[in-house]
Amino acid sequence: MAMRKGADVVIETLLKEGVDVIFGIPGGANMEIYDALYRINKIKHILARHEQGAGHMAEGYAKASGKVGVALATSGPGATNLITAIADAYMDSVPVVFLTGQVPTFLIGNDAFQEVDIVGMTRPVTKHNFLVKRVEDLPLMIRQAFYIARTGRPGPVLVDIPKDVTQTMTDVEIPSDEDVINSLPGYKPHLEGNPQQIKRAAQLILEAKRPVLYVGGGAVSAEANAEIMELAELMKIPVTTTNMGKGAFDERHPLSLRMLGMHGTYYANMSVYHSDLLIAIGSRFDDRVAGKVDEFAPFAKIIHIDIDPASISKNITVDVPIVGDIRSVLVRLIEEIKGKNSKIVHEEDRKAWLEQIDAWKKAHPLSYKPSDKVIKPQFVLDTLYEVTEGNAIIATGVGQHQMWSAMFYRYSFPRQFINSGGLGTMGFGLPAGIGAKVARPDKDVFIIDGDGSFLMTMQELVAAAQYNIPIKVIILNNAYYGMVRQWQELFYNKRYSEVDLSFQPDFVKLAEACGAVGMRTDNPKELKDVLLKAKNINDKPVLVEVIVDREENCLPMVPAGKSYKDMLLSDGKNVEAETMYLVG
Amino acid sequence: MEAINGRPKREIKKGETRRHIISILVNNEFGVLARIATLIAGKGYNIESLSVGDTSEANLSRITIEVKGDDIVIDQMIKQLRRLIDTVKVRDLTDMPRVERELMLIKLHAPSSKERDEILRIVQIFRGKVVDISQDSITIELTGDSDKIKAFLNLVRPFGIKEMATTGKITLKRDSMAEETQD
Repeated sequence: MAMRKGADVVIETLLKEGVDVIFGIPGGANMEIYDALYRINKIKHILARHEQGAGHMAEGYAKASGKVGVALATSGPGATNLITAIADAYMDSVPVVFLTGQVPTFLIGNDAFQEVDIVGMTRPVTKHNFLVKRVEDLPLMIRQAFYIARTGRPGPVLVDIPKDVTQTMTDVEIPSDEDVINSLPGYKPHLEGNPQQIKRAAQLILEAKRPVLYVGGGAVSAEANAEIMELAELMKIPVTTTNMGKGAFDERHPLSLRMLGMHGTYYANMSVYHSDLLIAIGSRFDDRVAGKVDEFAPFAKIIHIDIDPASISKNITVDVPIVGDIRSVLVRLIEEIKGKNSKIVHEEDRKAWLEQIDAWKKAHPLSYKPSDKVIKPQFVLDTLYEVTEGNAIIATGVGQHQMWSAMFYRYSFPRQFINSGGLGTMGFGLPAGIGAKVARPDKDVFIIDGDGSFLMTMQELVAAAQYNIPIKVIILNNAYYGMVRQWQELFYNKRYSEVDLSFQPDFVKLAEACGAVGMRTDNPKELKDVLLKAKNINDKPVLVEVIVDREENCLPMVPAGKSYKDMLLSDGKNVEAETMYLVG
Repeated sequence: MEAINGRPKREIKKGETRRHIISILVNNEFGVLARIATLIAGKGYNIESLSVGDTSEANLSRITIEVKGDDIVIDQMIKQLRRLIDTVKVRDLTDMPRVERELMLIKLHAPSSKERDEILRIVQIFRGKVVDISQDSITIELTGDSDKIKAFLNLVRPFGIKEMATTGKITLKRDSMAEETQD
């Protein structure tokens, strides 16, 4: 191997990993890498306007494509600005490699200019991280980072590269796949499900009277859609997905219960509550799903299939844990069921169960009070669904608009709904949507944002305009931190403390100032036309400000830490008053 | 289907809070101890004792940690420790037959020969070693499991402890499955 700089090795290794785009910002400590990027000129670079934006773009890219995203920042503030995106990727198991420049090795620990211990700071929010102290280790560590990020339970990995390492001349070879695997003796990401447990699970599924499939983000990562569909149809099991699991099962399918949990549907939550068998697939019984743990699915036996042993029985003790790759476990589970002729033991009960669920669906569908005077936020999602024929990728920020997007758009394919689930990062939508559009130029990408959330990372609209990335931002403007306001209304007796955002920029002018097209509407009758117009602009980004009903609430809702029995319905009524608890 | 009343409850398992001894084989690299300590601190648990040392393989170290906590939380923590890339093997030795040792250095007040004689007798019974002696103090080295160290401390405390230091526990699983006997 010829001699070349460490920085060249960085780019060579990224090329070996198949990287086609990097999201980042240059600075003092990563300049050599930017120089190599310029000289070698084989990888596209999207210049973000803030490192947090670069991080979320890489996440959006990874979430939309399933490939590893790459973000590149300099040392010190460049690196600390990445941390929110790193934590976000950690919470949602997104495979992203974060590369940071670092001060030269001989200055490390000296409080040098733009020095922070980013490896120390990100230890609790990365799957793993590296400080590269010798140029000889550089290609191996970067390759290890990619391998760790994409295998097992995916997650973010950070590689901190001191400037002198990128400047040192070296003839180091890029290690082979085998070298990478052999260099990590403590890391065994490929797990086969225990055959005995799979047998037990099959038996429980055949014998269940009221089963429910509860599908999370792990099923999307494992690309197990086809298997979930096969299992659901074969055994006639209704399917609810979490926020992160959206798209793992077509929400338009008759067996779909749509989302469960805090802002789940009435019928999903009722079904889970009354189930006698809950089959959790790549989901983790998060508090936004389980609520009051001792009243979560109180009649159910639980089967839990997950790649991560640490997720099993973390929040709720499960009866049949199966650790392994979701897709291969499901393939074997289906074989096992077919081996018993797919004979549902309690056919009559199963039929009654589906009828009961249909009755729940009819009793309380997702709904809102339509208006021809003000635009209801739910109406925007309904109309967008119509305009895009359900085919768009939807990215969101965090807040009411995110939950309305989860409820009122219907998702049918994996990686269609891109949002910040675990960390709940406001400002996620715009940069993540940009990353998603870079990954999927063939798809319309609509970013549903709130006026509060948008302002947290709005500078990335400039980046989108620079590269003519035709994302479509829809701001549901209620001039509030709406979700906080909703909680203040419901739980703090309407004491609206510091949530009023009526003093705000002119979003249309702001869009134009950034090089995007700006539009505004407050008229329900013209909404559809405006959305159609936005859909058809494909040479630059568009921002549509939709003035929505200010104090509309996001319902149904299970208050934090409560049980499904405490659910508030769309008319604001409590479930408990009108629901019987059915078991049998 | 029938209707039922009240609010049915799912049974929540509760763990017992007690001391756990966890033995961790790790890659011998910088930052590994920090990763483990960060994870344990993240649970709000205090590390009661800690030892890090070499193993028969040059690239591996053994970390032995003593931590007090709820069985269920500790079980979860062990799974998370296993998830760390740099941990090769993690074992909770709490309920396993094991050999366990710690080393103590203790400096006692011993201003007269009467006291020195008494201390020396106790040291002999416990198979300790005198490592330093001066006009008014005596320093002793003692190894054993925590019960033995505790018993020794109870006996010598009346003489007055000037200073003491103990290492963290080190422990290995006992292959013979035999019960631990005193030395």
